[in-house]
Amino acid sequence: MNKQLTAADAVAQLRDGMTVGFGGWGPRRKPMAIVREILRSDVKDLTVVAYGGPEVGMLCAAGKVKKLVFGFATLDAIPLEPWYRKCREAGQLTELMELDEGMFEWGLRAAGMRLPFLPTRCGLATDVLTHSPELKTVQSPYADGEVLLAMPALNLDVAFLHVNDADRLGNTLVTGPDPYFDHLFARAAQQCFVSCERLHERFALTAEQARNNTFERYLVTGVVHAPLGAHPTSCPSDYGWDMSHFKRYAASAAEEGGWQAYVDEFVNVSESAYQEKNGGAERLGKLPLPVF
Amino acid sequence: MTDTCDFTLAELLIVAASEAWRGNGEVLASGLGVIPRLGASLAKLTHSPELLMTDSEAFLVEEPIPLGPRGDYVPKYSGCMSFERVFECVWGGRRHAMIGPTQVDRWGQTNLSAVGDYRQPKIAMLGVRGLPGNSINHINSFFIPSHNKRVFVAGEVDMVSGVGFKAERWEQGVRRDLMDIRRVVTDLCVMDFEGPDRAVRVRSLHPGVTFEEVQDNTGFPLLKADDMGETAHPTAEQLAIIRRLDPHDLRASALKGNPPGIRAATPA
Repeated sequence: MNKQLTAADAVAQLRDGMTVGFGGWGPRRKPMAIVREILRSDVKDLTVVAYGGPEVGMLCAAGKVKKLVFGFATLDAIPLEPWYRKCREAGQLTELMELDEGMFEWGLRAAGMRLPFLPTRCGLATDVLTHSPELKTVQSPYADGEVLLAMPALNLDVAFLHVNDADRLGNTLVTGPDPYFDHLFARAAQQCFVSCERLHERFALTAEQARNNTFERYLVTGVVHAPLGAHPTSCPSDYGWDMSHFKRYAASAAEEGGWQAYVDEFVNVSESAYQEKNGGAERLGKLPLPVF
Repeated sequence: MTDTCDFTLAELLIVAASEAWRGNGEVLASGLGVIPRLGASLAKLTHSPELLMTDSEAFLVEEPIPLGPRGDYVPKYSGCMSFERVFECVWGGRRHAMIGPTQVDRWGQTNLSAVGDYRQPKIAMLGVRGLPGNSINHINSFFIPSHNKRVFVAGEVDMVSGVGFKAERWEQGVRRDLMDIRRVVTDLCVMDFEGPDRAVRVRSLHPGVTFEEVQDNTGFPLLKADDMGETAHPTAEQLAIIRRLDPHDLRASALKGNPPGIRAATPA
């Protein structure tokens, strides 16, 4: 069994109008090498589902987002995601399902468990329901009769994740301190493609290492070897986010023709050229993890 | 007290913020931003050692971690607290967070999503993040570094991200008893929602600030707490702890101009 493929092979599975989830969290462990491949492709009209970071802004800037399902979009160190913000404020992004972070998790869980919805109190009494009238409430059938929000399943056609280690069978390890919700994206998706820092033939792990495996390989359709593939986002415990790249990216949103210039410099190039333009693989692999 | 002002406004606010967590019991104290985080840390190191805290990333610590680059300080972890576990904590209600929303209204509803028309906002902000779930499930307080009418709006906030005390917003059958809003710490005063029908009251004014000035900078009517006085000044012990927790003086950049704790008298 060998699930290895290229980022281009993985992205070739996308069709216009698909619902696509991205793992990671804000500027953390995003499958950016795959995102760059999507930006180079013709695919369009995507429903993007993410705890949003730069992938959301870039896909918005490239006009590939028909609908955004999200709890936030941020680069953390630059709080407002520049291209998401610019597209929203220009009125170019009007199909939205803005969710509480916990509702979002519940939607992924419902999808993974093949349930139509999961009940929660999160989102009640707020404008989350006003702006997404498709979200309904449900009454507890028990004596309490409590009214709860019925968070619908967030069923994904495809999920893209980036992890530290993977093998050709589709086994994966997340070695950073927080696995985020990647395992739930994997469960919610019909197809899941995982890019990785290091690709191994077949894991032979210690018990301690095996604890970093957060979802099963039968959920993984394909594995892409993409060293530094989370850049400019962080990939704990391997490297931190690239503040200088974030600043360059954010500045592009304020420049006339800024997106095309960014694409010319950083998207319409190979990954190795991309790494060179950012100071080279050695620099990127040593970017310090942020300290809070 | 002497006439000498030997503390900054940021330090006064850290002490005021720390009071929000007094007597909460064993809950996760989440202070988001420099002043709330220092406030939570100060609370844990002084009056409320039972509080739980994290390293602001993924681990629990019993000794609050100093802010910024750590030098030779090595954190001592007591457990782990991934985002997934934080959500579970939120839904179980064992948390008190102090957050900095962009807008707050008279009902305590907050906005972190968008200012202006939702479909084409004047400012697209972070998104609702965890506010809907946090606000309905556990105690929250707010920190507002610049008290003005753009934050404390006249009507409802533009996009209700966090729930408040506005009855019309609550559908029949929805549980309202799991939420509470405690303190609002601003650069002018400390407020709460303990007036009639949870109306906003000024609990204390910072040195040199008048009630009228606070009212003039707030988009809705305020009440005075019966015992409204001056916000407590930091003690020497509290200042020493704050300096130890913030060795790089990040608090000096937390408020515009880093004003002194006791405002200079306005010339007549």
